[in-house]
Amino acid sequence: MDRVDIDTRIRSLIEPFNKKGVEISDSTTFATDLEFDSLTVMDFVAAIEDEFDIIISMNQQAEIENYGQLVDAVCKLQND
Amino acid sequence: MSEGINQSDQPVAREGDAPDLFSKFDPLIKQRADLLASGIEDPFSLVMERVLSPTQAICNGRETILLGTYNYMGMTFDPDVVESGKQALADFGSGTTGSRVLNGTYQGHRECEDALKEFYGMDHAMVFSTGYQANLGIISTIAGKGDYVVLDIDSHASIWDGCALGNAEIVPFKHNDIEAMEKRLKRIPEGAGKLVVLEGVYSMLGDIAPLKEMIAIAKRHGAMVLVDEAHSMGFIGENGRGVAEDQGVMDDVDFIIGTFSKSVGTVGGFCVSNHPKFEIMRLVCRPYVFTASLPPSVVATAATSIRKLMHNADKRAHLWENSRKLHKGLKERGFTLGTDVPQSAIVAVIMPDLERGAAMWEALLTEGLYVNLARPPATPANMTLLRCSLCAEHTSEQVDTILGMFERAGKAIGII
Ligand SMILES: Cc1ncc(COP(=O)(O)O)c(C=O)c1O
Repeated sequence: MDRVDIDTRIRSLIEPFNKKGVEISDSTTFATDLEFDSLTVMDFVAAIEDEFDIIISMNQQAEIENYGQLVDAVCKLQND
Repeated sequence: MSEGINQSDQPVAREGDAPDLFSKFDPLIKQRADLLASGIEDPFSLVMERVLSPTQAICNGRETILLGTYNYMGMTFDPDVVESGKQALADFGSGTTGSRVLNGTYQGHRECEDALKEFYGMDHAMVFSTGYQANLGIISTIAGKGDYVVLDIDSHASIWDGCALGNAEIVPFKHNDIEAMEKRLKRIPEGAGKLVVLEGVYSMLGDIAPLKEMIAIAKRHGAMVLVDEAHSMGFIGENGRGVAEDQGVMDDVDFIIGTFSKSVGTVGGFCVSNHPKFEIMRLVCRPYVFTASLPPSVVATAATSIRKLMHNADKRAHLWENSRKLHKGLKERGFTLGTDVPQSAIVAVIMPDLERGAAMWEALLTEGLYVNLARPPATPANMTLLRCSLCAEHTSEQVDTILGMFERAGKAIGII
């Protein structure tokens, strides 16, 4: 799967969590722009993990602040 | 309460443009100040002026029923427990002034570990200075770099801090969700070490874990299992060993973590295990090595209390009665509770928001009842809770009195 495919799939996964319909770009941050609290993060991460059959550990989550970093991380985990 | 906590940010003069390190607490300082400005007594600075018994104290000059302690089995004033502490204080002095691995292991520490081994029927027992340190030490030490810790998202702070202190990959799953746990275990790379961390009773809502199912799955995936039984010891299970005993899966638990600060009625923590190499923990577990051991009087009271807790079926039965009665009574009066049926000695009453939660807490205190106010981030799903924890020493009449207080306060605040 290439980055564009992964990006498309994550975009559709994020929709139900993007309550305010914030425009998503690579630099959109989860904490500030999307206002995700810890519960939302858990549900959102679980949705991505299930979609791609991967684990994104808390250690890895700590490195991910914006949308682009998430797509990159999922690409990397997919190809490992 | 000192006034400093209620003042907002007033940066002191600093060289250059470095920020005040305390600025990050401003939102919390403001929330607290707003709450107190509404005239409510500070729920987090109550002083027990005198303690009359496991269930009664004097607060603000008023006699108060205690319904927010973890004194589940009412051991704090047990005459045998108190006497053994006095004796140890006289015989061994006020403190050990040393680490368990140097000069801090006295006869009493050994006797306390022997009592734990007997209580749980396990080969090894290690006493820490607190339960917090037991979780901190065991989790961070046994799960190393490249290993995976799979844990419930609603785990106690000491479990999370144990994860943060170590170098393992940390993978949380949705509270008590068996399927979510299994999915994560399946995805862990082959060859990696795995530790599943669960609690018997989750202390915020008082709900228990489906340990039987979860532990079977953990074992199928080759994981070791640690269960924190802090809130079940002495009360749940045929011998009071906890939820794992109650569900018949003690033999599949690799490590049980517990505390002396609840049913045992003093302070301290422990880990018991049948792992053949367990004793090496005493040398490699930093929160065990680099802190002073418990005072002789404390381990003496703990050992006496643990031994008494082995033979306590009547008290356990009465505590269950209390829990059922309070749960039923609150439900009938229209309160929203954390569990549909009583699952432990904790009954959590869900409040609509922090303001009304704090108002209700204060109204109850004025009635002469102390409960625990719990709020985010300690609570799941950002809830504000009034947590009631029962004691085997509460009489049935006290529970009736408590229900009357809840009814009056709930109506006055407009919650029911
Ligand atoms: C689940 C759980 N584990 C561990 C602890 C820590 O116990 P202690 O008070 O001995 O530090 C507590 C109590 O606060 C707890 O609720």
